[in-house]
Amino acid sequence: MATKTQEVEAKGGQSRHRSLGLTDDQALRMYEVMRLARAVDERMWLINRQGRAPFVISCQGQEGAQVGTAAALRPGHDWVAPYYRDAGVVLWFGMTARDQMLSFFARREDPNSGGRQMPGHYGSKRLHIVTGGSPVATQLLHAAGVALASKQRKEDAVTATFFGEGGASQGDCHEAMNFASIHKLAVIFVCENNGYAISVPQSHQMAIQNVADRAAGYGFPGVVVDGNDILACYEVARTAVERARRGDGPTLIEAKTYRFTAHSSDDDDRRYRQAEEVAIWRQKDPIQRYAKYLRESGTLTDPVEQEISERIEQQVDDATEYAEQAPDPTPEELTKFVYKQEPRP
Amino acid sequence: MAVKTYIEAIREGMDEEMARDPSVFLIGEDVGQRGGVFLASDGLYKKYGEDRVIDSPLAESCIVGVAIGAAVNGMRPIAEIQFADFIAPAMNQIIEEAARFCYRTAGDFNLPMVIRAPWGGGVHGALYHSQSIEATFSHIPGLKVVAPGTPADAKGLLKAAVRDPDPVLFLEHKRAYRLVKGEVPDGDGVVPIGKAEIKREGKDLSLIAYGLMLTYCLEVAEKLAADGVSAEVLDLRTIKPIDQAAILATAKKTGKVLVVHEDNRFAGIAAEVSAIIMENAFDALDAPVMRLTGPDVPAMPFNHVLEDAFMPNAEKILAKAKELAAY
Repeated sequence: MATKTQEVEAKGGQSRHRSLGLTDDQALRMYEVMRLARAVDERMWLINRQGRAPFVISCQGQEGAQVGTAAALRPGHDWVAPYYRDAGVVLWFGMTARDQMLSFFARREDPNSGGRQMPGHYGSKRLHIVTGGSPVATQLLHAAGVALASKQRKEDAVTATFFGEGGASQGDCHEAMNFASIHKLAVIFVCENNGYAISVPQSHQMAIQNVADRAAGYGFPGVVVDGNDILACYEVARTAVERARRGDGPTLIEAKTYRFTAHSSDDDDRRYRQAEEVAIWRQKDPIQRYAKYLRESGTLTDPVEQEISERIEQQVDDATEYAEQAPDPTPEELTKFVYKQEPRP
Repeated sequence: MAVKTYIEAIREGMDEEMARDPSVFLIGEDVGQRGGVFLASDGLYKKYGEDRVIDSPLAESCIVGVAIGAAVNGMRPIAEIQFADFIAPAMNQIIEEAARFCYRTAGDFNLPMVIRAPWGGGVHGALYHSQSIEATFSHIPGLKVVAPGTPADAKGLLKAAVRDPDPVLFLEHKRAYRLVKGEVPDGDGVVPIGKAEIKREGKDLSLIAYGLMLTYCLEVAEKLAADGVSAEVLDLRTIKPIDQAAILATAKKTGKVLVVHEDNRFAGIAAEVSAIIMENAFDALDAPVMRLTGPDVPAMPFNHVLEDAFMPNAEKILAKAKELAAY
């Protein structure tokens, strides 16, 4: 257990976020995005359990790893290829609570897919979020390709891609890391290791402790970080981004974390993990932990917390109301956009 | 206008598109210094450098997945799968990703990318260097599938594929690479995707084919003419989207149709062509639509007797066409 001083102050006595070059406003914005991701997610479960929407897949517990790493990137300039839990990543990159809810209710206005994909399948060309499907780890190769294009055009954009430790078992994971290393591509591989691929524990996913150890086999750095410590995630991601932007190639960041919910609204995690284990990890909630830090460092005060809470509640209420009433796609839309330009009839 | 081989036409098509548009690049196994195992990209590495002619690791999913990402970020990749037989490791990336990007984002993303794959048999390539894959991939909405039969079409369709906003699977028949020669127009000569072409006019029966089988069907039409049978030869050129109007026009004109392909018979392209005709030109038919195809065996054997037994050829097509003419 870290002492208060270690947790709050970096070497030299400055508060940790300032020593990392983050202003108080930036540090608070990271906090607000984490909380927004959590609040939207919690509302989705509520609505799902009321039978008003068919499916939820959660970010809960992983917001620190998501927002911490995404905050080291430049939204709109850099790219992300997220996976289905990355609400924190896409909110940092410019998606809104309304966007999340439109996707959750599968409305026509859903910016990810026009109501075609399940929630959590993010994508926005404008926001530089590469569209994702349900097969896992395919996006790692897309990230390598996006980064290859940046390199070919001599641009300094960095591409971060996110996946679970289950996804790390896929061949595409190996192929992407190998290719990115050969060409020294500006890719950050972020493994959000939450310990389970649906029900399968890490011990049955791999025979090693750290996914990050594999980076050595590809010839680039692999870093293990406490995924529930947002500032630690920011710090390693910032180093990785600097390295990538210099042209020195990829980094694999493994953020050790935990998911608080079942895999999805169709899963029952009581079948494969103990309530005690979940309870222990809930004590390490990345949001609570960061809130404590922000308070102890004098960054977060009661009035500021109050403002943030009100803003989030208002956004989630508005998003829910707006999206639930938003129109569905029409049946005629079923056959649109198979191709960019429809083939001649 | 000059006479060129099929593979020279493809090489020229790539060269001219790379010269025209700096976002076009080639990625695949051995495409660099080696110039491709068939020499389809011979000279391009020297001309455009290693950033635009990329020797990939021996990993097909990587080739296609990286091409997808590059296409997202403003490039127009040409991804080469060395033999169509080895495309299976990339099927997840092609079917679940490339083919669905546009649809699953309601048009927000589109992927201007070409996947080139040498296909087909008759080259002693055995099970894993002879396969036909067009029926498998034509079943997937979101992909376009092109299979030219002449050098001019190969070059013109390759250019169209590179400029197309969607993923195009571009099938190059291996046996045609050096066997098939023909006039190739000077200049751009773009051939539109989705348009079949009548390669020989006729009135008694129609032969519908694509790829190498076009060459054989033209030979057969010549022989039939000597017997007083006038055969029309329709070259599909593009398999998906298929040119329904051209298929129906020739079916209505002759009333007798033989569809020829080397891919397996079951649920093959001939079955689709036949269904199109049955649904739309039933009254015009004077005979059932006939098929001459590869058999439903897993792949083409190495032994020459077995290979010949698998491959449709002019002799087999002629016999079937005579059966149709006599119906």
